[in-house]
Amino acid sequence: MSAPQRPSEAPIIHPELKAQDDPDAIVRGGRRLDHAEGTSKPLRTQPPEKQPRGAKIHGNRPIDQAEAAARFIAAPEHEKMHDERLWDLRQKRDREMHGIDEWEELRSLASAIKEHTLTHLDEYLDQFEANARSNGIHVHWARDAAEHNRIVHGILDDHGAKSLIKSKSMLTEECGFRPYMASVGIEVIETDLGERIQQLDNEDPSHIVVPAVHKLRTDVAEVFAKTIGTDPGNSDVHYLAESQREATRPLILAADAGMTGANFVVAETGAFVVCTNEGNADLSANVPKLHIASIGIEKIIPRLDDLAVFIRLLSRSSLGSPITQYTSHFRGPRAGGEMHVVLVDNGRAERLGLAEFWTSLKCIRCGACMNTCPVYRRSGGLSYGATYSGPIGLIIDPTFNARKYSNLPFASTLNGSCSDVCPVKINIHEQIYAWRRELVKRHEVPFAKRAAMKAAGELLSRPAAYRAAIAAAAVALAHLPRFVIYNGLNAWGRGREVPHPPRQTFHAWHEANRRGKT
Amino acid sequence: MSSRDDILASIRANLPRLERPLPSVPLFDDRPPASLLAVFKENLERMGGAFLDPPASGEALAPVRAKIAGAKVVCSTAPEIAGNRDIGGVGAPRDLADVDFAIVRASFAVAETGSVLLGDADLRVNALAYLAQHLIVLLDPADIVVNLHHAYRWPEFRERRYAAFHTGPSATADIEGVLIHGAQGVRSLSVVPIERAKSHSAS
Repeated sequence: MSAPQRPSEAPIIHPELKAQDDPDAIVRGGRRLDHAEGTSKPLRTQPPEKQPRGAKIHGNRPIDQAEAAARFIAAPEHEKMHDERLWDLRQKRDREMHGIDEWEELRSLASAIKEHTLTHLDEYLDQFEANARSNGIHVHWARDAAEHNRIVHGILDDHGAKSLIKSKSMLTEECGFRPYMASVGIEVIETDLGERIQQLDNEDPSHIVVPAVHKLRTDVAEVFAKTIGTDPGNSDVHYLAESQREATRPLILAADAGMTGANFVVAETGAFVVCTNEGNADLSANVPKLHIASIGIEKIIPRLDDLAVFIRLLSRSSLGSPITQYTSHFRGPRAGGEMHVVLVDNGRAERLGLAEFWTSLKCIRCGACMNTCPVYRRSGGLSYGATYSGPIGLIIDPTFNARKYSNLPFASTLNGSCSDVCPVKINIHEQIYAWRRELVKRHEVPFAKRAAMKAAGELLSRPAAYRAAIAAAAVALAHLPRFVIYNGLNAWGRGREVPHPPRQTFHAWHEANRRGKT
Repeated sequence: MSSRDDILASIRANLPRLERPLPSVPLFDDRPPASLLAVFKENLERMGGAFLDPPASGEALAPVRAKIAGAKVVCSTAPEIAGNRDIGGVGAPRDLADVDFAIVRASFAVAETGSVLLGDADLRVNALAYLAQHLIVLLDPADIVVNLHHAYRWPEFRERRYAAFHTGPSATADIEGVLIHGAQGVRSLSVVPIERAKSHSAS
């Protein structure tokens, strides 16, 4: 095993962000701590710069991701910080990967366990339900988002609960849970710092693990000054985090009920598992008497032995930490408490029937594909205008609404890095391409993209023509006037320079150098 | 048809008809480190936790006494050291909101990740480990397992209603990646190596 490269020595994408002084560093034993999503090097931008907002939503009309991405790129301080932080997470993930000899074996196991479970999903849900019930957990089933919201509302009403503290859950984002609760007069308080920032700013999370990663400290200072009364001129991160802790704590102590999601559900023990760094899920679950957990049906795994595989992979893939600060196992209500689980379908059963796309249900929501994606890192999660952004979003979102999210599968360079880092081996980039084909078939794609797809499809089916075209394209890229490459039809030519074409294609190089030598 | 039956029927209609056997999961323990305690300590510190080495005097609890000397409210569920807030007298979890230091014993620890497992029996009131400002965990060095595969073989996950791995203190870096200890829960976590009382293990 070669020595892993320390992130602090790893290359930085935007050297101008590297701060000379590091007053925020926590150093232990001569080492700068970088767990729990902490950056491995001090970074500073040159604020103030107004925060770019996300995609414009017009009902059911297709989201223009490229338009929102262009506005994000036009805010270079935000874009550079976003790019750098996520790339730092990716590098820390690599460090963790190199630290474990059996990494690839764990990925294969994780993939096999998930595929087994998904092909026996009915049996394992049945087993979980029986075990959870015998542990004293109330189990509910929700076909869709509306039913989920109604069930939770019903439970809260039964207890006369008017305030709810909750930890981060992408499923509740998917269900539009907070707006629904607001409409029925129940106060929801997010307890994850990033999610709380987003709630107070009335903005969706931009990343499934780090919800406010697109904001600079000055943006947070502005939000907190307006909402929790901090000093608008003080953007010291310690001050902001401590102010939030002090503001949220009385709400946690006074809440009538608590809510969490779940990262994993263990069929054989009837338990669910929640992973956080802040301990906020444990506060939400353990301070009020009533605990409700909203859980997507694909979160289930058969055994505790399987759980070990996933816990070893999750935070390493996600943040480059060996584990989250808290990994909590809920197997039943505590003495005097009450525990409810709402199992939510919301399109998952149907997705299981899509031959090309069902393995997207293996996703454990680590965010590694987002952190590595060059398009995501430079466009920000809010540009996707959907609950799930980045590569995994591209293949999940169209299952919710093929028209509204018809542009998203095109927000990719198909470089395949997402598939390489996926801890459960989802063939993400292949599914992105398959979605493009599918959307063309369903006529959800505008003409320019359709024509390009058709030409590409014909070309790819004939190897000789493909090779000739690649050689011709390289010549063309080198000689064509800029307006031909950077025109309106090529959205990803707008935000970046097209790379210099290689002097020789791989095939030509192979012909000249390797033929007959092996 | 109930939602439950509806969902299960929909799943059955959509199940991929593919052979996907459940693999058995190895324990990945063929190359154990020379010292589990050393690896545990290294990983705990990496995750922001502190390991309180026994002083030269050999009195393992001396660093704990020093830490809590100035504290107003100390709540201990460990028989080895007393606090001034009786956990038995706590009515609701929020009664623990003013605790400065909580002291508990871990069920066991994991070398690979630097984690300690705290179950409902260890905590008595689960919220104690989150509402306190600081957490001190007593750990018998004999109770360290090599990795998470071994950890999940422990009976706690089949017997306890609640059990949580704590790995360092509550932490966040949600603002610009700046690491903060004490996001919502405890601001520090210290682990003290001290054997379980003999009477405890004999009972």
